[in-house]
Amino acid sequence: MATIDLGRTAHEHAAALRAGEYTARALAEATLARVHAQDGDLNAYITFTDDLALQQADAADAALKAGQGGPLTGIPVGVKDLIGTKGVRTTAASNMLGNFIPPYDATVAQRLNASGAVTIGKTNLDEFAMGSSTEHSAFGPTKNPWDLARVPGGSSGGSAATVAARGVPIALGTDTGGSIRQPAALCGILGLKPTYGRVSRWGVVAFASSLDQVGPFARDAEDAAALLGAVAGHDPMDSTSAPLPVPDFTERFGRGLDGLRVGVPSDFFGEGLEDGVREALERSIDVLAANGAVINRDITLPTAQAGLTVYYIIAPSEASANLARYDGVKYGYSYLDGRNAEDEMSQTRGRGFGAEVKRRIMLGTYALSAGYYDAYYLKAQKVRTLIRREFDAALDQVDVILTPTSPNVAFRLNEKLDAPLAMYLNDLYTIPVNIAGNPGVSLPCGFSEGLPVGMQLIGRMFEESTLLGAAHGFERVTDWHRQAPPERG
Amino acid sequence: MALTPAEVRHIATLARLALSDDEMSRLGTQLSAILDHFEVLKDIDTEGVPPTAQSLDLHNVQRADVVTPSMSAADLELNAPRVEDGYLRVRAVLE
Repeated sequence: MATIDLGRTAHEHAAALRAGEYTARALAEATLARVHAQDGDLNAYITFTDDLALQQADAADAALKAGQGGPLTGIPVGVKDLIGTKGVRTTAASNMLGNFIPPYDATVAQRLNASGAVTIGKTNLDEFAMGSSTEHSAFGPTKNPWDLARVPGGSSGGSAATVAARGVPIALGTDTGGSIRQPAALCGILGLKPTYGRVSRWGVVAFASSLDQVGPFARDAEDAAALLGAVAGHDPMDSTSAPLPVPDFTERFGRGLDGLRVGVPSDFFGEGLEDGVREALERSIDVLAANGAVINRDITLPTAQAGLTVYYIIAPSEASANLARYDGVKYGYSYLDGRNAEDEMSQTRGRGFGAEVKRRIMLGTYALSAGYYDAYYLKAQKVRTLIRREFDAALDQVDVILTPTSPNVAFRLNEKLDAPLAMYLNDLYTIPVNIAGNPGVSLPCGFSEGLPVGMQLIGRMFEESTLLGAAHGFERVTDWHRQAPPERG
Repeated sequence: MALTPAEVRHIATLARLALSDDEMSRLGTQLSAILDHFEVLKDIDTEGVPPTAQSLDLHNVQRADVVTPSMSAADLELNAPRVEDGYLRVRAVLE
């Protein structure tokens, strides 16, 4: 059998599987060989699921032979290790959950399995999804496939790196403040944060419950639409999932860019934005305009700037409550030699959590503590309302808002590890979208210093189709999404 | 706004986090810098603005009161650090 081209997209593999060019089993074996070989450099995976993958691939072959299955049947996928998988260790990249084996599948994992996708492994992340570089992992940092001395972004850095490196065509991540879009930008692929409520959070290790969303990484809009379509939809187990029908997320493909109203807010192109990133964005805006998009530079989102501050009150506050469950009693790491019950709990938490997680628990505990609730948490929730109103008003005038995804290209390992504020600034442009709840996508739009640059498009609530339609239109007139990092090894 | 060492210790106690002296002092400095940054919110007028807890207009989501199967105790015990006779064992809370 001929060598399988693993640079193919999921839809290209799906066509080849149906044409009998190769089997899902052969695709899984080739994929496993490649991701194992790459992982010495990348460290994109915490756990490989070889046996499960081969079982799922055989089941996919049987389905395909019977003329059944959908767009993801037999397609290799990476799953962020924040998503609970029955019988497969789920660590959240924390020593706290280093040996945790979930007794059930998250809803998104159930739906992914039902789609016929082949799970290759659980991907690396910042511990409990707290970080923008995947350096805060108890299992070591993931490296950027474009430059191994640089970070892939985070927190879903493992998923982004393995998709960018042509390990798997698609992967799931989660995004609380940019954790899908920012690593997608830094690795040169597409990453989409769905509208809050579009995808069930049940069975996903909770970070900040009013902000967390699961979403797809892919190398083009068509694959992202297929993966989102497989996992999206109402779930009775998550009362914050929206009771809305799931559209065909490719429904706006084919419309092109003609007449697309694109808002470019100057508030998102100010101080701190690298020149190379700005230039790539401006060239892309010209491409959009040349292909019929209507550029509107008059929209403003003045309060969105404060989104970062709002986020660093709301997210740690919610995290401090969510992470209270790690007490060493029910599951996870447990320190058993304490002086008494309380000491064991405090020692369990002090030893089980890493530095960034402790920092955020402390911050959230402080913000929620007696005497400070009104000044911090309640104030932040009020500003959150203002930010939502600004997005609503802007999106009355335009179809999508265009911004940089990240103010910079991939930075060096250790560069920002001990400077939390500098690290947090990486998510300046992505965070306001989580605060408002809207969907956002990052797509590759150029290079600066040889490293990928991402363009963020933000849409109206539950209009992921508009974002993916615009992304598809942009892909038809550019080839940034076809650029692959250097082969190694 | 600089946090005092006593305040940092108090927050750690509230959060049930055993921290080394070194961690306490580093966190004191870092949290103080982050809290300074929070001051920008004071300049935003939120008079009469209601708070947003989450971005969907869903309220009091209910389900039918029907018994459904739940996970077995045996499955849940597999991840528990200390189990005895079908119970999770903890240290005495009252001494």
